[in-house]
Amino acid sequence: MKLRANLVIGGALFALAIAVGLLAPWLAHTDPVLDANLMNAEEPPSWTWWFGTDDQGRDIYSRVVYGARVSLTVGIVSQLINSVIGVALGLSAGYWGGWWDDVVNALTNLMLAIPSLIFALAIMAVLGPGLTSLLIALGLTNWSFTCRIARASALSLRNQGYVQAATVLGYGDFRIMITQLLPNMLGPIVVIGTLGMGSAVLSEAALSFLGLGVRPPFPSWGSMLSDARDQITTAPWLSVFPGLAIFLTVLGLNLLGDGLRDILDPQSRSRRT
Amino acid sequence: MTGAPLIEVEDLRIDLDDGSRRVAAAEGVSFRISRGETFGLVGESGCGKSITALALIGLLRPPLSIGAGVIRFDGKEIQHLSAARQRDLRGDRIAMIFQEPMTALNPVSPVGRQIAEMFVLHKGKSWREANRLAVEALASVRVPAPERRVNDYPHQLSGGMRQRVMIAIALACGPDLLIADEPTTALDVTVQAEIIELMRNLCAERGTAILMISHDLGLVANVCRRVAVMYAGRIVEERGSADIFRKPSHPYTQGLVDSLPRLGSRAALGRSRLKEIAGVVPAITSFPDGCRFNPRCVHATDICRTIVPETDLLEAGGLVRCHHHA
Amino acid sequence: MHEPQARREDDLILSVEDLAVHFQVGGGWLGRNRRLLRAVDGVDLTLKRGECLGLVGESGSGKSTVALSILGLLTPTRGRIVLDGQVVTSRPFGDRKSLARIVQIVFQDPYASLNPRQTVRRTLEDPLRVHGVTARSEIEDRVATMLRHVGLRPEQAGRYPHEFSGGQRQRIGIARALILNPKIVICDEPVSALDVSIRAQIINLLLELKDTLGLSYIMISHDLGVVEHMSDRVAVMYLGRIVENGDWRAIFERPAHPYTQALIAAIPDPLRHAPLATTGGDLPNPLNPPNGCAFSPRCRYAEAVCRHEPGPVLETRPDGHAVRCWRAEEIAGHAELAATEAGPL
Repeated sequence: MKLRANLVIGGALFALAIAVGLLAPWLAHTDPVLDANLMNAEEPPSWTWWFGTDDQGRDIYSRVVYGARVSLTVGIVSQLINSVIGVALGLSAGYWGGWWDDVVNALTNLMLAIPSLIFALAIMAVLGPGLTSLLIALGLTNWSFTCRIARASALSLRNQGYVQAATVLGYGDFRIMITQLLPNMLGPIVVIGTLGMGSAVLSEAALSFLGLGVRPPFPSWGSMLSDARDQITTAPWLSVFPGLAIFLTVLGLNLLGDGLRDILDPQSRSRRT
Repeated sequence: MTGAPLIEVEDLRIDLDDGSRRVAAAEGVSFRISRGETFGLVGESGCGKSITALALIGLLRPPLSIGAGVIRFDGKEIQHLSAARQRDLRGDRIAMIFQEPMTALNPVSPVGRQIAEMFVLHKGKSWREANRLAVEALASVRVPAPERRVNDYPHQLSGGMRQRVMIAIALACGPDLLIADEPTTALDVTVQAEIIELMRNLCAERGTAILMISHDLGLVANVCRRVAVMYAGRIVEERGSADIFRKPSHPYTQGLVDSLPRLGSRAALGRSRLKEIAGVVPAITSFPDGCRFNPRCVHATDICRTIVPETDLLEAGGLVRCHHHA
Repeated sequence: MHEPQARREDDLILSVEDLAVHFQVGGGWLGRNRRLLRAVDGVDLTLKRGECLGLVGESGSGKSTVALSILGLLTPTRGRIVLDGQVVTSRPFGDRKSLARIVQIVFQDPYASLNPRQTVRRTLEDPLRVHGVTARSEIEDRVATMLRHVGLRPEQAGRYPHEFSGGQRQRIGIARALILNPKIVICDEPVSALDVSIRAQIINLLLELKDTLGLSYIMISHDLGVVEHMSDRVAVMYLGRIVENGDWRAIFERPAHPYTQALIAAIPDPLRHAPLATTGGDLPNPLNPPNGCAFSPRCRYAEAVCRHEPGPVLETRPDGHAVRCWRAEEIAGHAELAATEAGPL
């Protein structure tokens, strides 16, 4: 198999982001919350302050490093929730069909009709700001594409000979779905999941920017951008660095998704010779 | 059947580029077809019969390409023609019908228009004239009520009717050669018989030569005057169709005929175990050395495992590629 | 009603009585264009222990629908299926497991019928576990024995389907069908997707297994050569109904229905060069079947009586040969003539 550039670069960027998040206590120069010192407020980037400091004198580099934890947690966990919901609904709807399929289809169409960010905003408004609310809001609003793909895969896979064979062998429905259908639809689901993580990172930024994300003073890339908007002309480094972190992570996830699509696509794998 | 052959293939090699290396998917393929003749290529999946046909009509696409050899059509070499010149040849003088007419027809265009297009493209007719000719063409392939059927879309027709439309398109411009690649494999047997008779009669009337590609020995023997059997990229035997399956010279041909449960044989001879050809069909990337049939051949000796057999002329007429041929 | 049934079931492993499967097709908005497709319409079949029944017919004849009904994958509209003494059509839904131990299927396409993400071992072990076999050693034993039965080596069990050739995959498919020790195996075109030089291996294997394991087969195929070679009895279907049913020799040597005759005459033979006999016309649209005898529009013997309702009934002669044709007696003479014309082998 040829190593594809998008897969390698995307994987490296995503791995870097995860490594930064995991190693934050060792990578950070200062405590992102407590080490505020007004003497150092709004220092531009330098050898001492790599990414500069904010109006409270906190080290932006350290805050970006710690911010990776929130952004990636939101991206990964909320997308996992989405994937589980989407696969469970789509797989069962495609396999069983009938009224359940109609219900799932109606639900999916509803989700697609309402912009997911607006929906997430509504949920946040009810639950109040905070990390848990963020995970729930984003985890409940972005499963429709996964669901569509899972349903379409299940529809075409359920007529495959091996699925019929499993039925004839007396397998129960859940066993058939999990052992026969699920492994054979995982490719596109993983691709959608990777792309979904990217969009969840962006949504976290957007919700935090609107003040609905993680409560200050704890840093997330979105809330850092939000805090920096007043100083965008006077202290641009306040927004440039968290913005760059978001950009690179989302870029990495999208490249990774594309790369995975290339290698997981059954068309590109050799079958009959 | 005298004079220069219509099509002459000499030592054709077709390469498959699998990224890291080139392998010959077909090699040393030589045959000629006279005007109005019917010639069959039989073989199993991966034997190279279909790609040979695609090479003739200029439709080989990467990773496949012509590696060596000459294809002469009507005396002129065509293997290096430009894409545009090949396009002119295609449809006009060499036509092709495929196994699955549903995928070969354009689903969003009425069949009449698809036939008429051939007259506009290759014969420079006006659309008005071409539409009239399309009705005639449909009538000639015995589609009932052709003046109404021209407005039908492919999905409105049955499999047999679609294949008739394919034949009408293929024969529209009066080609010299019709390549039929498994033309009836997707059809039921009674419909197959109809389509085969239709194709054979129309080509005989118009003097169109047929190159028929199939895995069905019976069908090829039935349609063609001469038959070549391909195995693992090489032609192993080429004979008149009356002889090739009755007195096969190559062990592979012999094995194929013996392994068939032929209709009527149990009633005549009782049920006996079918004679098997041992082993598996080799993959393109792992063709054996020497004679490619040697691992499955009961007559194989050391020479078969090392030296590629040359093509020998048989006394009774025909060619065979075997060290120990009968 | 119940008494004679019990006695007959001693040698009958399967009986299908008046089976009908109808589908609603089309529908459209508010179901205005909904039409009834009678895929199978009143089929009676029996299968004796150790017998191979050939089921022949072209697309749309309903032979696959019959098979799916016997396997419990389709719910019949009407009729009964009695499998090994149990009426399976009338019992509550969901008892797939007991059905699975009686009847299994070998599919046509060995590429699509194996789960690409499961090893051969898993494909063969899972059914045993589902059916309550838990002892590790027993599972391993049965898998290894079955692999040897179908001509594979137990060491190959750890491989995935793509590591095998088409013929070997079909052997795996056969092993999967047999792992639960079923009594009946439905072979749905088991060799037509295989290379010609491989087919004889699989046909021989199926016949050997039938004898060694005491199986009964329903052999569905359009390849009449294969059907003749394998079957003890043959049923010919056309447009959802059986048109002829009898001993294999009767069907192939003295075909009585014009459709059976046409089918046999249309098979090209590599050693014989008679032009293919043509029937005329395409298969009719099953949504809009012809009046009277369904074959009448294509039949060279058709007369007025054939085109009017009601259609002919399936009449069984004393020798057990059943034919659905108004003119079977008259046509019998023609058929013998045609057989002599075709000549010996």
